[in-house]
Amino acid sequence: MSASLEKGINALKQVIDAPIASYFSSCVHCGLCADACLFYTETGDPKYTPIHKLEPLRRVYEQEYTLLGRLKKVVGLSKPVTDDELDQWQELVYDSCTMCGRCSMVCPVGNDIVYMVRKFREGMAASGHVPDGIKGATKRTVEIGGPMGLKWPAVANVIRKAEEATGFAIPVDKEGADYLVLLSSMEIVNFPEYLEALAKIFNKAGISFTLASDAFEATNAGIQIGNSDIAKVIVSRIVDAAEKLKVKNVLSPECGHAYMAIRWEGPNLIGRPFTFNVVHVLELLDNLRQKGVLKMKGTFKDPLILHDPCQIVRRGGVLNAPEPLIRQVAENYIPIVDKQKWNWCCGGGGGASAIHTDEAEALRAKVFGIKKRQIEEAGVKTVVTFCANCRIVMEEAIDHYEMDTQLLGLTELLAEHLED
Amino acid sequence: MNELQFLTWVRGPGLDIAVGIFLLGVVWRLFEIYTLGRKKDLAAPRHAAGASGLHTVFRRSIPPPGGVKRSPVSYIGGYTFHIGLAIVVFGFAPHILLVKNLTGLSWPGLPSQFVDLAAVITMAAMVVVLVDRINKPVKRFLSTFGDWFAWAVTFLPVLTGWLAVQHLLLPYTTMLALHILSVEILLIVLPFTKLFHAFTLFGSRWYNGKVNGQRGVPV
Repeated sequence: MSASLEKGINALKQVIDAPIASYFSSCVHCGLCADACLFYTETGDPKYTPIHKLEPLRRVYEQEYTLLGRLKKVVGLSKPVTDDELDQWQELVYDSCTMCGRCSMVCPVGNDIVYMVRKFREGMAASGHVPDGIKGATKRTVEIGGPMGLKWPAVANVIRKAEEATGFAIPVDKEGADYLVLLSSMEIVNFPEYLEALAKIFNKAGISFTLASDAFEATNAGIQIGNSDIAKVIVSRIVDAAEKLKVKNVLSPECGHAYMAIRWEGPNLIGRPFTFNVVHVLELLDNLRQKGVLKMKGTFKDPLILHDPCQIVRRGGVLNAPEPLIRQVAENYIPIVDKQKWNWCCGGGGGASAIHTDEAEALRAKVFGIKKRQIEEAGVKTVVTFCANCRIVMEEAIDHYEMDTQLLGLTELLAEHLED
Repeated sequence: MNELQFLTWVRGPGLDIAVGIFLLGVVWRLFEIYTLGRKKDLAAPRHAAGASGLHTVFRRSIPPPGGVKRSPVSYIGGYTFHIGLAIVVFGFAPHILLVKNLTGLSWPGLPSQFVDLAAVITMAAMVVVLVDRINKPVKRFLSTFGDWFAWAVTFLPVLTGWLAVQHLLLPYTTMLALHILSVEILLIVLPFTKLFHAFTLFGSRWYNGKVNGQRGVPV
């Protein structure tokens, strides 16, 4: 699909709705959203103020949907949005916005700023102002199946190894299972323990599950790049597989935006409610914990903190499952000040971690400063999280700063301590 | 036109024009904004306590955790001048009389010395937030002509009203006429500037609370 400024502006016109009009009409330029954004707090550069990242969208709104703006346009008093300008804004909308949504929590007039960033990206994608890294990931997801270019044989390989390690059979394309298990490429490549953990837990709880050979990838690069057409194609693979296999639930993995994509954007992308439930793996685990199925044979002794992934917790609504689960397995869990829906982003969400320019990587390392302080203030050497992307972003930053900190996945940590 | 004619004009035709533009402007702007509509959310909702549009309309009046400490001027200054404006606009007996004459609605006024003090505090707070806008890199960076303009048209009615009551600077009649004129300017520009947040903030908070409430997140 060829991109052009005209397509971009048209896309922006299409995404502007009553909430966006209300938000732009309410902004008083108080700048309080800056304090909520790690790209501002860690750099001190005012250009990272969240509402400023939307300036081209605001002008399109004003020029197209307000009486005064249209009058100004007619008499030539308004500044049209140009290709050069959108090119400049690419850094502000992708490199320095992880769509963590913290700004939307603090705006005194109530503006949902991240809602607007998501919509703005539709115009950025349509006009071709998208970082190459995200473009590549999107292309691979559409053409090959996943953002990292993984094909089914790689997954089959991980399944075989997990079967050997656990001694349990891992069904593929089994009809009528309770759960269709999705994975993220990051898990397949870097954290295959996740599947082993699930196999153990499902068998323990007596729940049937399956993987689908034509829909294993949970991530959705279409959402990150901001192209709803592509996002729909990607999410439809999962919907088709879930309906073909007649599963009751689809299990979203330890990946932030995958959950956002399938649980919240999914039905809106395909234009109808799902015939199955979408469950985040932590919701399932907490449910099993409450039923008493999730019994531990021992606990993790080292002091640790929890990193709540933005798209699962603040933006996804899995607010109450993580803490009871970590308390179940960790003896020295230390709650941090800004936790749960107030947590600070790892710095690499919303597709930012797929951008590999020197500038983007340096910025990512810099904004990790806030996480670094959280780790240091708590005085821990272990951080537990439940998003493979957060995990890899933080591991890279920890290497960068030569910190003595280990990252663990919550599901994996629970599985390791599960009673046999 | 002498000062008495000036006062008569601002009280008569001037006020009619201003109130007319204000009312039409508010109705038009609300129509222009809220008829854009939005798509229905098709995802199965997650229900959680405190997560709804209405909750957020009220909750957003309270600063977020640590907010006041991080931006004391914005929060304390902001609260002070908003509450001060409400006291001065709706608590001053002559203002209530005007509303009574226009609409028949009436309520008890506040003691004039109290209103006087509120006006002084309001102006002080507004000067402080203005200085903050000039000094703070983020605020200065975001500021456009509209921000300085909105500040001025809000400040002038308070200043002229206070000067008129105190019989300072200019003869009472002239100052009162200037006060009414400044209010008329405020009324005319309100729907078309950022001052319109006085109307849209409820809708904005509600949408934000609603979208996130669907996901079970109290925002």
